[in-house]
Amino acid sequence: MDIHEYQAKEILTKYGVKIAEGGLAYSPDESVQRAREIDGNVWVVKAQIHSGARGKAGGIKICNTHDEVKAAAEELLGKYLITHQTGPMGKICSRVYVEAGTQIAKEIYLCFLIDRSSERVVMIGSARGGMEIEELAETDPDAIKKVYIEPSVGLLDFQAREMAFALGLEASQLTHAVKTIKGCYRALRDLDANMLEINPLVVTASGELIALDAKMSFDDNALFRRHEVAELRDKTQGDPREMAAGDQGLSYIGLDGDIGCVINGAGLAMATMDMIQLAGGEPANFLDVGGGASAERTEKAFRLVLADKGVKAILVNIFAGINRCDWIAEGVVHAVNNIGIKVPLVVRLSGTNVEEGQRIIAESGLPIITAKTLAEAADKVVQARNEVIAKECKGM
Amino acid sequence: MAILIDENTRIIIQGFTGKTGTFHAQDMINYGSNVVGGVTPGKGGQQHLGLPVFNTVKEAVEQVDADATIVFVPPAFAADSIMEAAEAGIRYCAAITDGIPTQDMMTVKNFLRRFSIEDRMVLTGPNCAGTISPGRSMLGIMPGHIYKKGKVGVIGRSGTLGYEAADQMRILGIGISTSVGIGGDPIIGSSHRDILEKFEEDPETEVVVMIGEIGGPQEVQAGIFARDHMSKPVIAYIAGLTAPEGRRMGHAGAIISSPGESAAEKVAMLRDLGVTICPTPSAIGETVAAVLSRM
Repeated sequence: MDIHEYQAKEILTKYGVKIAEGGLAYSPDESVQRAREIDGNVWVVKAQIHSGARGKAGGIKICNTHDEVKAAAEELLGKYLITHQTGPMGKICSRVYVEAGTQIAKEIYLCFLIDRSSERVVMIGSARGGMEIEELAETDPDAIKKVYIEPSVGLLDFQAREMAFALGLEASQLTHAVKTIKGCYRALRDLDANMLEINPLVVTASGELIALDAKMSFDDNALFRRHEVAELRDKTQGDPREMAAGDQGLSYIGLDGDIGCVINGAGLAMATMDMIQLAGGEPANFLDVGGGASAERTEKAFRLVLADKGVKAILVNIFAGINRCDWIAEGVVHAVNNIGIKVPLVVRLSGTNVEEGQRIIAESGLPIITAKTLAEAADKVVQARNEVIAKECKGM
Repeated sequence: MAILIDENTRIIIQGFTGKTGTFHAQDMINYGSNVVGGVTPGKGGQQHLGLPVFNTVKEAVEQVDADATIVFVPPAFAADSIMEAAEAGIRYCAAITDGIPTQDMMTVKNFLRRFSIEDRMVLTGPNCAGTISPGRSMLGIMPGHIYKKGKVGVIGRSGTLGYEAADQMRILGIGISTSVGIGGDPIIGSSHRDILEKFEEDPETEVVVMIGEIGGPQEVQAGIFARDHMSKPVIAYIAGLTAPEGRRMGHAGAIISSPGESAAEKVAMLRDLGVTICPTPSAIGETVAAVLSRM
């Protein structure tokens, strides 16, 4: 789960990380109010969306007057911002963060994340902040410093000092740098974050160390014990269908193709999508209905897939392990009767009680296309989809 | 002997008396697994499914010589249960639980490293289907009947895709020595590489199939191990050719977040390392058959 910059900054402040003075606004007038509350004569109006690279997308505006603040907020609020991380639809900006302008002497990169290889938290830093780390890793890998943290003892002072020196900080800044670095680590550990990135962490003209941007991402599996984090979820930043699926305990991801998928198990779902592509089609979605594909669940899954109006055909691929094919077949028949599915439906069942399941589908009298193998199922659904397209073309 | 479990393995179930634990315990008993009891704290001394319930894993080890465990404990408490098993001297643990926080698994892995390698419990999972040595023992939630006994070792991150592979092999008359579900989470007990090492040492396994997916570095690390240390052929299928970057595909660990983690990149690297690639998920059985026919 991702959160906004202003939320991450609020969290980090509690852990001793300094930030520039700022406030949140939902309207242009409120933005001006926030600017009035902040000293100085330069303000930055920042779009709050769940994405990096907001600057390049025009989501960060430097303003010299209150009128400029208002104009910037007017431009950003309600707008969809598109970055390379948001996908082509972009993400809606429904709130802006108004921050005091900062005199920057030096930009630094600092990040903490859970490293899968070492199974530890790794702290990554670079004296060359402001750039995207992926870019830096390619162009100047030596400029990146990594420190691995032993989970049972946590981040030690000497490690924080090592990082501070690698970041090119001066002796006079050391105490605060150590406090900032350790604060970040504690925030990640205490709140079950997967990732915490400050890019840039800046040294101001007066020698202060402040987090100019902040990004945090949390472990979904740990939200049950982090209610204060779970409450920060902004549903406007996710795909509405994915959110609806999540609420129903289904795992759904919308894609660009037109063949709807209803599959049990994440691995089998990915494999089936690959098979559709190899057969010449494009999946409209990833959908894992989980182990217990009950009739009710199956119906929910169909409704979710059909909410995508671009879907031209549906493939159901269920491997019944702990489940039984006859139960799933009953669920499919029930769902088709209830919803009245208009697009071709290909069903492939395998595993426990497969013959019984196939019999139920055959005897239902519904126009369901059945398949025995994964390859056959993919071929048939692509063929069915092509026939639908051909008909549509003729009809035009 | 197959790897990890056989007919002599003495199994306990952690989370024995719960709904899921009860269902799968019965299924394992029906399969013929040597289930000797279970653990549910506070219910020690009772009988469940005709077997003794213990308060602690230690008691189960002392009283019924348990040496393997399967964990069905809910996510909030599962890490603790795994560590309890390790401390009690259990030799092998399959953690089925889906949804354990990543930092809890970091703690588990750190805890396991305190033991010397000889005394360290082998952990597979979490978020896996368990392990089966067909015809001998099942320590998992898979449909046992689709697994034919034989000489192919199988390692997979996904449950149902593993079933798909086993079923394709069964239809072609190909049997399995042991099939190990290693789980779909970012931090797991044993990697593809760890299990490859065990299959290389197992005299009954002649070929190994590795079923991987997008995300993380482990398939390629396993490929490097196979090239440098294995005499047996390794076959791989990597799911997720169509998966978009930066999106989590169901499994907590199935996300392309760094270079080299996409399916296409993994396939290219594995091929360079001498691993035989299954071109499609429906060709897993026939690819294994082709490799076996050349031996």
